[in-house]
Amino acid sequence: MSNKVLEGLFYTKNDEWVKVEDDLGTIGISDYAQDQLGDIVYVEEIKKGTIVNQGDIITTVESVKAVAEVYSPISGEVIEANHTIIDEPSHINGDPYGKGWFAKIKMSKPEETKELMNASDYGDYRK
Amino acid sequence: MSDNNLTRTPLHEEHIRLKGRMIPFDGFDMPVQYSGIIDEHLAVREKIGIFDISHMGQIEIKGPEAIPFADYLLTNQISDMKDDSIKYSPMCYPHGGQVDDLFVYKISNSFILLIVNASPNYSQKDEQWIKEHIGDFDIEVFNKSDEYGAAAVQGPLTEKLLNPFFQGEISLADLKRFKFVYGKMFGKDVLISRTGYTGEDGFEIYTLNAEDIVDIWRNSLQEGEKYGIKPCGLGARDTTRFEVCYWLYGNDIDETVNPLESGQGWTVKLNKEDFIGKDALLKVHQDGLKRKLTGLFVPQGGIPRHGMEILSDNKKIGYITSGNYCPTLKKVYAMAYLDIPFTEKGTKVNILIRDKNIEAEVVDMPFLAPFNKR
Repeated sequence: MSNKVLEGLFYTKNDEWVKVEDDLGTIGISDYAQDQLGDIVYVEEIKKGTIVNQGDIITTVESVKAVAEVYSPISGEVIEANHTIIDEPSHINGDPYGKGWFAKIKMSKPEETKELMNASDYGDYRK
Repeated sequence: MSDNNLTRTPLHEEHIRLKGRMIPFDGFDMPVQYSGIIDEHLAVREKIGIFDISHMGQIEIKGPEAIPFADYLLTNQISDMKDDSIKYSPMCYPHGGQVDDLFVYKISNSFILLIVNASPNYSQKDEQWIKEHIGDFDIEVFNKSDEYGAAAVQGPLTEKLLNPFFQGEISLADLKRFKFVYGKMFGKDVLISRTGYTGEDGFEIYTLNAEDIVDIWRNSLQEGEKYGIKPCGLGARDTTRFEVCYWLYGNDIDETVNPLESGQGWTVKLNKEDFIGKDALLKVHQDGLKRKLTGLFVPQGGIPRHGMEILSDNKKIGYITSGNYCPTLKKVYAMAYLDIPFTEKGTKVNILIRDKNIEAEVVDMPFLAPFNKR
């Protein structure tokens, strides 16, 4: 299996990713994660204004065959949630690093990304 | 990845070659999906899908009293079956719960073939149960589950695909629903029936030598390419049967559920002389049902899964047996046992999904009509 790993993102062992721009982190799940889940048919809404700690459950996704909890890779406040994945969860399968993003989080502890994997380490981890 | 403790069907190598994602199911290493469950589901509804069903069991009942024995063993009426015809039937315990649900193939007055569920180890549970009840009946029982290979070819274009490659007493175009015929398919000896568990038209092909199913599989995929055939896994087998509300043993029915409350009542012939479970089922019939299998529409809030509780005013009134996103209908539905007062169409109930009360509404079953009733 060769799942796509996007350069420039940080990854967790639970297969979430975060893209950092200044103090803003955009999060989602990796190509490997969506492939393992199969057709995603439900995403629980993420509420704007939610305060999360690194490792907190931020939402739950369900595929035809499985349920998976998604953990926030970073701490901070949700300032925007992607509503298009609520109506079209298949975006997560089709474009996990693009249209399938979950939320934008204003990071309260930017140093946390040091504990995460870079693309090359994550690629090895899920080889 | 494959688990070596699991049984492999003759098609195992084909699944690996087609990059099927393998999972353990009823002791077998089976593909859950190839291209994707929704993609495969839609192929079955719109074109053709082919499923490996070699894990299903074949139990032969042979002897002069095959028919009376089957009538004693099963809830449905076997004595009125014509040769070459098929019936669906529950097989009950004396208390009315179910050992299994199965298909009865009447080959002759002295030969009945049962197609049963796989679990565990080549249908040993069914085999044991049946053998324990032979008593004075003049019959023999053979578990031939590892000697047959089997594939289900399902979808509106299936007859067009398979008919040119079949030689038998009648053509597949003339083979009626719930009938079977022996013959040669792609040159191999087969028993082929116009049956399936998807809600679409289609055929189930049983090869009399297990390994021959590989040729049937490969040729069907090759010849079916122009019709858009897709190999389908257990995932699509589940979603297709779920949309049309066919029961899945272990989910919707089991040893705790009798066939009157599950909606299988049309297969229970209480006026038959005697059969295992008759007294218990007569009592249920006389006393009236306390609960029944009911359809639910779930507008939002997640996918109900087997075992989740159903509440009304915070009191438990039932549980989910199956729930899923229906790819044809693009909506989420569930089946549940509900206490009778809550089973009227339009009733609002709550499903407890991850500690949240998710609203659901009682609707008619099936969610999607089978092909011949659309």
